[in-house]
Amino acid sequence: MSATIKLKTLQSYMQDLKGFSEPKIELEQYETPPHIAAIAIYTIQTQFESIEDKLVLDAGCGPGSLTVGAALMGAAAVTAVDIDCDALEVFRHNADEMEITNVDAVQCDFLESNFCRLNNYYDTVIMNPPFGTKNNAGIDMKFLRKGLELCNDSVYSLHKSSTRSHIQKKIKEWGVKGNVIAELRYDLPATYKFHRQQSRDIAVDLWRIYHPQS
Amino acid sequence: MKLITHNMLTSKCLKGVTTGYPLSIKATNVKVTEVDFNPEFITRIIPKLDWDVLWSAADSIGHSEGLPKTVEPKFEDDEEFLKKAHRVLLEIEVEEGHLTCPESGRQFPISKGIPNMLLTEAEVQ
Repeated sequence: MSATIKLKTLQSYMQDLKGFSEPKIELEQYETPPHIAAIAIYTIQTQFESIEDKLVLDAGCGPGSLTVGAALMGAAAVTAVDIDCDALEVFRHNADEMEITNVDAVQCDFLESNFCRLNNYYDTVIMNPPFGTKNNAGIDMKFLRKGLELCNDSVYSLHKSSTRSHIQKKIKEWGVKGNVIAELRYDLPATYKFHRQQSRDIAVDLWRIYHPQS
Repeated sequence: MKLITHNMLTSKCLKGVTTGYPLSIKATNVKVTEVDFNPEFITRIIPKLDWDVLWSAADSIGHSEGLPKTVEPKFEDDEEFLKKAHRVLLEIEVEEGHLTCPESGRQFPISKGIPNMLLTEAEVQ
C-alpha cells in the first residue's frame, strides 16, 4: 500500500519538532521519540491505510508528533486533544512551524469530558497514552477503551511490551480484536529527576485494536 | 477552533447537563487559513454532521454567506457546494472568543484557537 511521504523524510520532519517545555510527572509526559512517531505513522498508513484521507483523533497529543506525522502522511483532518495547556502551546507552535493547517486542538480531559457528540465519529484514533505507571495505574487501558468508543475502525496505540499479555486479556474482555503490528525500542531520555540512568531503552509495542466488524 | 470540531463538541459532562449541544459561539477574532480541498472526504463527512448546527455556527461568526441552509440530495455531485462546505468546515477558524453551554450557560474560553473544555471537579457529573 502506498504512502505519500517516505519514512526517512517523515522522520527528518519529526526531528525538528519541539518537545514538552516542562514535562509534568503527574501526567506522565514522556515525548514520543521522532523515530517511533515516524515508524508508527508510516506503518499505520502502509499496512492498513488508516491515515490518508481519514478523520483522525490524537488522544493525549502532547507536543503533537503523532498529529504532525498524520497530517504529513495525508490525513484529511486531525483533531488533537490534551488536558495540559502548556503541552498544547508547544503543539500549536509545532503545527505552525510545519505549516500544517488541517489540524485542530481541544483542551479537555479525554477520559472524563464526553467532548464528542457521536460515538464512532473518527475513522482512526492514534495515541501514545500515559504508560500507567506510578500513581496512574490503569490509565493506559482507560485511554484505549475511550479511543475504541470514538472510532469506527481502528485505534493505534503505543504500550510497553511488558503489558502485552494484560492488553490481550483486556481486548478479549471488551469483545474487540487487536494485535501488535510493530515492536519498537523507545530510547527514553532521563526526563525526570528520579531517573537514575541517563536514558533507558524500553521495548514498546504498536498495537492495532479494532471493532470486530471492521 | 474549526467548525468541523465545533460540530461535534459537547459540554454534556457538566453536572446536570443532558445534551450540552450545540454550544453557541461568541468570536472576537476569526481567521481563514487555506486547507487542501479533499472532495471525497467532505462528501463522506457531511452525513455525519448536524448541518443546521453548522449553518448557525457559520452564521454566528459572519461566514454563512452563500452556504445553503439544507443539504440537497446528490450533494456529492455539486462541486461548488462541496467547496463551500470545505471552507466552512476546515478553513474558517475561531481564534479568540468563547463557547457557551446551551443548558447551564457555562462559558468555555477559546484562546489562540484552542477551546478550553476543562472542568473543575465540582462541575463534573
